[in-house]
Amino acid sequence: MTEIIRLTAAEIAAKVQAREVSAVEVAQAHLDRIGAVDQAVHAFLHVDTERALQAAKAVDEDVAAGRPAASPLAGVPLALKDVLTMQGAPTTCGSKTLEGWQPPYDATVTTRLLAAGVVILGKTNMDEFAMGSSTENSAFGPTRNPWDLDRIPGGSGGGSSAALAAFEAPLAIGTDTGGSIRQPGSVTGTVGVKPTYGTVSRYGLVAFSSSLDQAGPCARTVLDAALLHEVIAGHDPLDSTSIDTPVPPVVAAAREGANGDLSGVRVGVVTQFAGDGYQPGVSAAFDAAVAQLRDLGAEIVEVSCPSFDLALPAYYLIAPSEASSNLARFDAMRYGLRIGDDGTHSAEEVMSLTRAAGFGAEVKRRIILGTYALSAGYYDAYYGSAQKVRTLIMRDFEAAFAKVDVLVSPTTPTTAFKIGERADDPMAMYKADLCTIPSNLAGNAALSVPCGLSEDDGLPVGLQIMSPALQDHRGYRVAAAYEAARDAAQGGPLIHRVPELEVAH
Amino acid sequence: MSATVELMDYDEVLERFDPVLGLEVHVELNTHTKMFCGCPTGFGAEPNTQVCPVCLGLPGALPVVNEIAVASAIRIGLALNCEIATWCRFARKNYFYPDMPKNFQTSQYDEPIAFNGWLDVTLDDGEVVRVQIERAHMEEDTGKSLHVGGATGRIHGAEHSLLDYNRAGVPLIEIVTKTIEGTGARAPEVARAYVATLRDLLKALDVSDVRMDQGSLRCDANVSLMAKDATEFGTRTETKNVNSLRSVERAVRHEMTRQAAILVDGGSILQETRHFEEAGGTTRAGRRKETSEDYRYFPEPDLVPIAPTREWVEELRATLPEMPEQRRKRIQAEWSLTDLELRDLINAGAVDLIAATVDAGATPAEARSWWVSYLSQSANSRGVELADLPITPAQVAAVISLIADGSLTNKLAREVVDGVLAGEGEPDEVVEKRGLKVVSDDSALYAAVDEALASQPDVAEKIREGKVAAAGAIVGAVMKATKGQADAKRVRELILERCGA
Repeated sequence: MTEIIRLTAAEIAAKVQAREVSAVEVAQAHLDRIGAVDQAVHAFLHVDTERALQAAKAVDEDVAAGRPAASPLAGVPLALKDVLTMQGAPTTCGSKTLEGWQPPYDATVTTRLLAAGVVILGKTNMDEFAMGSSTENSAFGPTRNPWDLDRIPGGSGGGSSAALAAFEAPLAIGTDTGGSIRQPGSVTGTVGVKPTYGTVSRYGLVAFSSSLDQAGPCARTVLDAALLHEVIAGHDPLDSTSIDTPVPPVVAAAREGANGDLSGVRVGVVTQFAGDGYQPGVSAAFDAAVAQLRDLGAEIVEVSCPSFDLALPAYYLIAPSEASSNLARFDAMRYGLRIGDDGTHSAEEVMSLTRAAGFGAEVKRRIILGTYALSAGYYDAYYGSAQKVRTLIMRDFEAAFAKVDVLVSPTTPTTAFKIGERADDPMAMYKADLCTIPSNLAGNAALSVPCGLSEDDGLPVGLQIMSPALQDHRGYRVAAAYEAARDAAQGGPLIHRVPELEVAH
Repeated sequence: MSATVELMDYDEVLERFDPVLGLEVHVELNTHTKMFCGCPTGFGAEPNTQVCPVCLGLPGALPVVNEIAVASAIRIGLALNCEIATWCRFARKNYFYPDMPKNFQTSQYDEPIAFNGWLDVTLDDGEVVRVQIERAHMEEDTGKSLHVGGATGRIHGAEHSLLDYNRAGVPLIEIVTKTIEGTGARAPEVARAYVATLRDLLKALDVSDVRMDQGSLRCDANVSLMAKDATEFGTRTETKNVNSLRSVERAVRHEMTRQAAILVDGGSILQETRHFEEAGGTTRAGRRKETSEDYRYFPEPDLVPIAPTREWVEELRATLPEMPEQRRKRIQAEWSLTDLELRDLINAGAVDLIAATVDAGATPAEARSWWVSYLSQSANSRGVELADLPITPAQVAAVISLIADGSLTNKLAREVVDGVLAGEGEPDEVVEKRGLKVVSDDSALYAAVDEALASQPDVAEKIREGKVAAAGAIVGAVMKATKGQADAKRVRELILERCGA
C-alpha cells in the first residue's frame, strides 16, 4: 500500500469508507509525521493529538455502524491556519499579543470542518496577523520550505503550505488577503485557492483587512482543493458580507477538467504580469504552462489590464487602513497580553505598553501606515483614491472577462527566496503579492496550481488562474486539466519531487 | 478650590447676544436584541451577563445588523418628517477607550438613514417653534465604566475601573438638530420643549423607553452666543450629562450666562465638552484634549450597505401612530377640555393614563376625575409619579365600571383602589377580600328598611303623607346599619315602596 501520508485527501476518504484504513491510523500517521519533521519545518504552532484521534475515532465509528459519511472528506486530516478560531485550542495569529488566547467560540469554517468529519490536527504558523509573504513575521519563529529549509514557504500562510509539502497533512486552510494562500502554494508546489469574496464565511477569521480577507482551501491536488472548497463554502448569516448563493460546482469542474479537454475555453494572459522583475525560470515555467493549455485545446489571447499596475499601491493603503482599525481591539483590557498592569500605570499606558510589546515591526508599520492614510485631511488622497483604483481594477477584470473565460499569470514573480533575504526590504517583500492582489481588490476567484520547477533554481513555480466572481469552477476546470497534463508529461505528481526531509527520531 | 464662575444677568445676556442652540439626542431603542448581535438589551442585569463574542469585540467576531432597529430608525425619521436614504452605510469611528470593546464605534457618519426633517414644538403659552432636524442616524452604545477611587469619578486618578459591557452594542439613534436661532430669551425653554416633544413622539412610536433617568434618552446641548451685531456664530460648547428635562433648560441657561460673562470680559469661549452638574445647575469643563480628536472614519467593511426599498419605507409609514400633537388636539376636543385643563393634564402626566382608562371602557369625565383627584393625591402622598402608581388604567376602568353598575359606591370604590395600590390584587378580588360589595340583596335591605321605619315612626308617617324629602333620615339609618354597603339609591326606592309613597 502507498504510504498513507502521500495519499491525496480523496484517496484517504475513499479508503476510510472502504475500511482499507481507519481514520485513526490516518490521523496517527500524520501525527507521527509531524513529530518526525516539524521540528525542522515548524509548520505548526499547536498540535492536538488527543482531539485529532478522537475526531478520527468518531469517523471510524460512523463507518463501522454503516452510517453515511458526513462528507466526502470524512476522516481526512487537516491543518488549520492559526487565524481561525477553534474552541479548545489557542488562536494566536502568530502574535505575542494573542499568545495563549483561547477563543470561546468556533469560526464558521471550523464548525463546517468539524461537521464534515474532517480531522483537525492543529493550528499552523503564519505571519503575524497575516501580514507578510514569508512567515518570517511570526512571533513564534519562521516556517521553513520543505523544498529547501533555508527558504521561506511563502506567507502569510506558510505554515499551511509547508504542512502540505512536508506531508504533515493532505489538506489545510489558508486565508488570502493579498495572496496569502496562493503565493505560499506557488513556492511550495501546492494548490492554493482564494474563493470569490463572500463565499466562505469570515466569522471567526481574525480580521486583517475585512474587505479583502477570504479563507480558502489548500491541498496537494486540484480535486482535493475542490472537495475542501465545497465543505467550507456556503452562506453564513453570521457574516453580513457572505453571499447567499449556491456554492459554485467546483468538484464537478475539477473532475471534468481532469478529462483533459479545454477546447472552447478562452484563456487570457495578463500582459502586465511579465518582464522586468520576473525570475527567468518563473517566466519560462509560466510560458510552458500556457503552451500546455493551448495543447489542451484552450484558445490563448493576450489581455491588457492597465490598472493592475496600480493594485499594489492601492492595496498598501486599503489593507493597512482597515488593519489599523481591526487591530485596535488588542488593547490588553479584555484578553491577550497585558504589560505594565502593576498599579503604577494608567489604563492608557497599559494599552500603549502592551501594543508596543505585543506587536511585531511589520504589524506596527502597517498600523502606522493605515492610521496615517485614514487621518483627517489625508483620507481622500489616500484611502479614497485607493478605493477608486479598486473600481478601475474591477472594470479591467470586467472588460477582460468579456473576452476570455479565465485570466492567467505567474502566481508570484519569483520562486521561494532565502529566509532573511527580504526581511529588511519591505518593498521587495510586498512585490511577492504583485500578481495576486488584483483579485483581492476585485473580489473575484483565483487559484495557484504548481507549474513545474524553475530551471534556474529547481524550485516550484505557480500558475495563477483567475475567474470571474462566483465562477470559481472555471479556474478549477482549467487547473485540473493542466495538472493532469503536467503529471502525465512529467511522469507523476510534482509534489513527489520534494526532497526527502530528514526525519527526527 | 475652583475659581468662582462669573455669570451675567440673564436679561443683559439677551440685550447683547442671540443664543444659538444645537441639540443632539441619543435614544436607546427598545429592541429585544442588540444592534449587531442577538444579546438581550434589558436594563439592570448583572454586569457582563448580556454579552457575546460580537458585542465584546472578540477577535474574528462579525456584526449583523438588527432589522428591527433599522425599521425603528426609519419610523423615527418619518415621524420627524425626514427624507429616508435610499442607500446608506455604517462607518467606523476610531478611538481608544476601555468601555468600547473594538476601540471603534460602529456608527453612521456621512450617510445617515434619515435627514432633512423638522419637528414642531409647542411652548407653554401655545407658541409653536419649528425645529429643523439635520439627521437621525444609527449607532451602537458603549459599555459602562465605573471608575473607583480618585476624586473626580473619571478615569484619570482612578485606582481602578470596573467595566460592564451589557450596554455595549445596544442600538442607539442619534437625532441632531440644525442650528436653532432666533429664540432669544426662550432658548432654554425651547430646548426643554424640544426634548420633551421628541420624548413624547418616541414614546408614541414605541421605539424606546425614553427614560432620561436610566439613560435611554440622553441630550447633549450645544450652546453658543452671537453678539447682536455679529454675522457669524460664536464658538460653541457641548454640555453632556443632562439627565432630565429640567436640566436641559438649566444647562442652556447656565451656559448662556457663563459664556456671556466671558465674552464681555474680552475672553473667548473654548470649544469643549462640558458636564452638567445637577446640584448647582452649573457646567464644568471636561478633560482638555491636547490634540483635536481625529476619529478616522471610514465605511464599515464588515457590513453591507442598507438600501431600504421605497415599498418598505411606505409600509413603515403606515405603522406610524397618531402623533402626540394631533392626539392632544383630538383629545382636547373629545374630552371637552379648555387649554388650561389640557395643560394641567399634560403637566400631571395624566393624559396617557386617562386615555388608556377611556380605552378600557370608562367615560372621559370619570377617568379624568379619578386620575386628577384621588389618584393624584395618592401619588403625592407616596411621592411617586402618577404613572408609577401600582395601578393600571384597566384597573381604574374596572373600578369605574363597578360604580356604574351599582356594585360600589364612590366611597367603597376608593377603598377598592386603596386595596389595589396596596397590592391586594385586581379590583374584584379586593372587593371580595375586603367584603366591600354593595348590599344589593333586597330581602336583606327590606329588613333594614323596616327596622329603620319602625324605630322612627314619626318620620315614617311623614313619608306616608307624601313628604318624600323626609326619606333621607331613613336612608341614613339604613346606610349606617349596613355599614355603607347598601346602594343608597335602591334603599330610597325601597323606603318609598314600603311607605306607599
